[in-house]
Amino acid sequence: MTDLALTPPRRAFVLRHPSAVIFIGILALFTIGVTVLAEGFGIGVISTSFVKTLGKTLCLCLVALAMDLVWGYCGILSLGHMAFFGIGGYAIGMWLMYARTEIIVQTSLAAAPLPPTPQEISDGIAAQIFGVVGASEFPPIWAFAHSLPLQLAAVVLVPGLLALVFGWLAFRSRVTGVYLSILTQAMTLALSLYLFQNDSGLRGNNGLSGLQNLPGQGDVPQSTISILFFWASALALGLGYLMCAWVVSGKFGSVIRAIRDDEARVRFLGYSVEAYKLFIFTITAVIAGIAGALYYPQAGIINPAEIAPIASIYLAVWVAIGGRGRLYGAVIGAAFVSLLSTWFTGGQAPDINLGVYTVQWVDWWTILLGLSFVGVTLFAPRGIGGLFDLVAARRMPNRHGQDLGPDAGALREKEADR
Amino acid sequence: MLLLLRRLVACLFVCVSLALPASAQQSDTPIQLLLQQFGPEIQKSSRKSIGPAIDALANSGLPDAQVVLERWQAKDMWFEKETGLFVFGAKADGGALTLFDVAGGLEIGTAPRKSYKQLKPNSGIRGMIASALVQFQLNDPDPVTRQRALTAIERDAEATHLAALRASIDVETDAALKARKARLERLLTIRFAEEDAERIAAIEGFSGDLSVDLRAALNPLVQTRLDVAQSLPEGAMPVDVGEGLSPDAAYALLTAQNLAPPRTDPDMLRAALIENIDGDQIAGIQVATLDTDDARAAVYATLAQSGAVPPLVTDEDVATTLERFVFFEAFVGAPVPVALAAQTALKDIEAKLAMSQTVDLALDGLSLASIYFLAAIGLAITFGVMGVINMAHGEFIMMGAYTGYVVQLFVPDYTLSILLAIPLAFAVTFAAGVVMERLVIRWLYHRPLETLLATFGVSIALQQLAKNIFGTQARPLTAPGWLDGSLVINDVIAISYIRIAIFVLALIFLALFLFVMNRTRLGLEVRAATQNPRMAASMGINPDRINMLTFGFGSGIAGIAGVAIGLYAKVTSEMGADYIVQSFMTVVVGGVGNIWGTLLGATLVGTLQKGIEWLNPSNTLAAQTYMILFIILFIQFRPRGIIALKGRAAEA
Repeated sequence: MTDLALTPPRRAFVLRHPSAVIFIGILALFTIGVTVLAEGFGIGVISTSFVKTLGKTLCLCLVALAMDLVWGYCGILSLGHMAFFGIGGYAIGMWLMYARTEIIVQTSLAAAPLPPTPQEISDGIAAQIFGVVGASEFPPIWAFAHSLPLQLAAVVLVPGLLALVFGWLAFRSRVTGVYLSILTQAMTLALSLYLFQNDSGLRGNNGLSGLQNLPGQGDVPQSTISILFFWASALALGLGYLMCAWVVSGKFGSVIRAIRDDEARVRFLGYSVEAYKLFIFTITAVIAGIAGALYYPQAGIINPAEIAPIASIYLAVWVAIGGRGRLYGAVIGAAFVSLLSTWFTGGQAPDINLGVYTVQWVDWWTILLGLSFVGVTLFAPRGIGGLFDLVAARRMPNRHGQDLGPDAGALREKEADR
Repeated sequence: MLLLLRRLVACLFVCVSLALPASAQQSDTPIQLLLQQFGPEIQKSSRKSIGPAIDALANSGLPDAQVVLERWQAKDMWFEKETGLFVFGAKADGGALTLFDVAGGLEIGTAPRKSYKQLKPNSGIRGMIASALVQFQLNDPDPVTRQRALTAIERDAEATHLAALRASIDVETDAALKARKARLERLLTIRFAEEDAERIAAIEGFSGDLSVDLRAALNPLVQTRLDVAQSLPEGAMPVDVGEGLSPDAAYALLTAQNLAPPRTDPDMLRAALIENIDGDQIAGIQVATLDTDDARAAVYATLAQSGAVPPLVTDEDVATTLERFVFFEAFVGAPVPVALAAQTALKDIEAKLAMSQTVDLALDGLSLASIYFLAAIGLAITFGVMGVINMAHGEFIMMGAYTGYVVQLFVPDYTLSILLAIPLAFAVTFAAGVVMERLVIRWLYHRPLETLLATFGVSIALQQLAKNIFGTQARPLTAPGWLDGSLVINDVIAISYIRIAIFVLALIFLALFLFVMNRTRLGLEVRAATQNPRMAASMGINPDRINMLTFGFGSGIAGIAGVAIGLYAKVTSEMGADYIVQSFMTVVVGGVGNIWGTLLGATLVGTLQKGIEWLNPSNTLAAQTYMILFIILFIQFRPRGIIALKGRAAEA
């Protein structure tokens, strides 16, 4: 009983994470606002396609959160999390496509003189789905596509298992730093090249399409479906944020931040560095998979190009611009850059006429993004989230010495010395 | 000379014949008699019936036969409508026709064109005439004609050519043509000779030859056909059902030969059931219950009992039927002994082919390895020596390739433009590398992850910039003419000169790298500055300058690699991105900081990828996938690469 007096009293979760409370509040207000303005249940000021864009952005924020946890907090620059995102999308897409085609095939076979056998239905679905790649049989990978619970389990299990195996292999042989980044990039490239093949069983570069139509819900308008998915995405983001905030708090969070700052020292202190890294790598892969499973039904189509390494690089760009090492930074970065990107590449941004040359943003946006990324890395490693420090710093006493907390990004002490 | 003489003689004859009356056409020359013998067929000009006429002319041995065939083919033959006599005719002015005798070709005067009719053989007949003419051309005084005749036989040989070819070998004067004729004679012997022993001897005479035409001659001989009978005929090879032949295929063969009733497949079954629907029932069973295969089979059996449909052929029926027959492969292309000899010869060829293919595969792997080495050697400097992760390295390769393309726009001579492009590409990418080092990388030397990110940003921007300037379609970078074609060693082993050039270029770069690093002041300073920058600085080396130059040097080499890769592949804005992961893999697999490791890494990656492609042909995507998986696993076992640095250099 005397121990209690020695340990400092644990404060309530909300008090330890004021940002989580603020974030959940803002997210709730935003969700209610969009619901009121959208077509589905509200007054219809916002178009359905824009609701979908917002819903997709929330999913991207969720995967950015995962990226921030693994990179900003644990120091593992993974260039494979968009692959896990894509796997989640494929897993849910398989069920969506199977179930919808099953209804179509059943309707068309119902007109036949004989009632169809299960084999005939299955053959009909396979012919419908795989006709484009010249096959007419279900590959083994589709064995569970008929069952929503099993595919939902796959959304979580496949990215999780892949991350577990890959991470175990990589971490146990002490592959760290840039080597790990390149290795994860190679994994992503291998996966996307594999999916590009027609005989991969996932329709090659056609990908899976028609995912926006929920099977059996043909009479529910897209405006309603879009707002339902928006709510689901907002809920997932909120829960994801709370979970990430919980993971990075307390002793566990301290250990993973310590691994980021000096891995060898943590190992010498007796912690199993590999186990911590593996846990973070796997849990973030699962979050990415869930985000993907919510994203692609809103996008409507998924193909291997979405998994290409460049997607994961953009994910790192979002987190870096938003400010890594703080959860709200990742969310801000993903939302800001992806919405800005949609605005610029959508052709809505006004062209700049320079007299001799007209800057068309569709062409020049990527260059601006690349250069601003260089600029952020060089001049503002704290990203947009760093702006909040300007406010916070006014109230903090100046403690001198090297600031090596989460806010200093991935700087190590010896680096900060120079 | 000969031609001149002929013309002179012809002139002379023309002068003489002018004095003669127009009706001096002779109707009793041997050639005219022969033509008259086949008069109706020739006048009818039908492909079906003309064969004997052409053969008779070709085999007549008459001196005029060749000329007649040639002029017939050239649509110069006419016949008189009244008498049916054949002449050569040339259209003259005023509806007249100048006539020449078919025997000797002398002019015999003119006549009104109305009374003659032109023979217009169609293309099919002209082809038949051409093949008949081949035997004359084999003995033509002009070597070019003889050569052409040989080519014609090679392309489309006939049994009749064999005798003519044999006859022409001994009188052949040209040694090269004689050898070719002898070889062709043996090939034709294999295909057309009547005696089996002769054919077998010819087949055996070719042992050791790998050429495509020999294989083309042999392959039809060993053709077999799957057949079925009650008992095994002589000389046929039995095929066991279940081993070489699936029961389904065997039964399908029986069905095709009407030896067994067709199997009741689900489609037939469904169709038969649909035919017998009676209201909402089939044979007293509700239609709605027929949603499983078993239920349908039961109803079908009921129907079969009542005789409405043929009886159901079950798996047991199939098995018992199959047991009553023997399945065998029979040679259809040649008599059994010849076929067996051909089979042995082909097996022999295949074994040798496999060896050649292995060599060819190794060469392919080596050339891919040299491309990876070229792409990676710049990285071996910036990443291997300096430890800087430059994700824009691929874009430097692309810049080099586009420099080559732009140079070719201004300098049309390909040899000169390539020679200009190489130093220019080096200069451009050297400058780009130095600028990037000064502006970006030097601020991030101690933060490798941030270097990776910042150079990603540069890479994205450069790639889009190239897209904005040059467009998204691929641009050609044309190799000079002397790099066209390939070095052919035999029918299987061939390697294009561009690949050899890239290989040589890779070796030159290796030598250049070794020279610069080990034999120059710059190399010494680079090694010093990377091993221990502070110590190097206190020895008077300016690390800033060294870093800048080294980075520029690595980037410049990437530019030259870009020119080489552009020659071999198309120039696109994404070409650098295609190589960047493989390049890093090459350096990491080989061992960072060691050029020999990079060389080994490139060889490993290149040959392995070609090997996987060979196992799984026409699927380079899968090959790349498995390649990357292999590398990921490889790094598990040798995290520091094939050649790991030891000692102090490893910690630097």
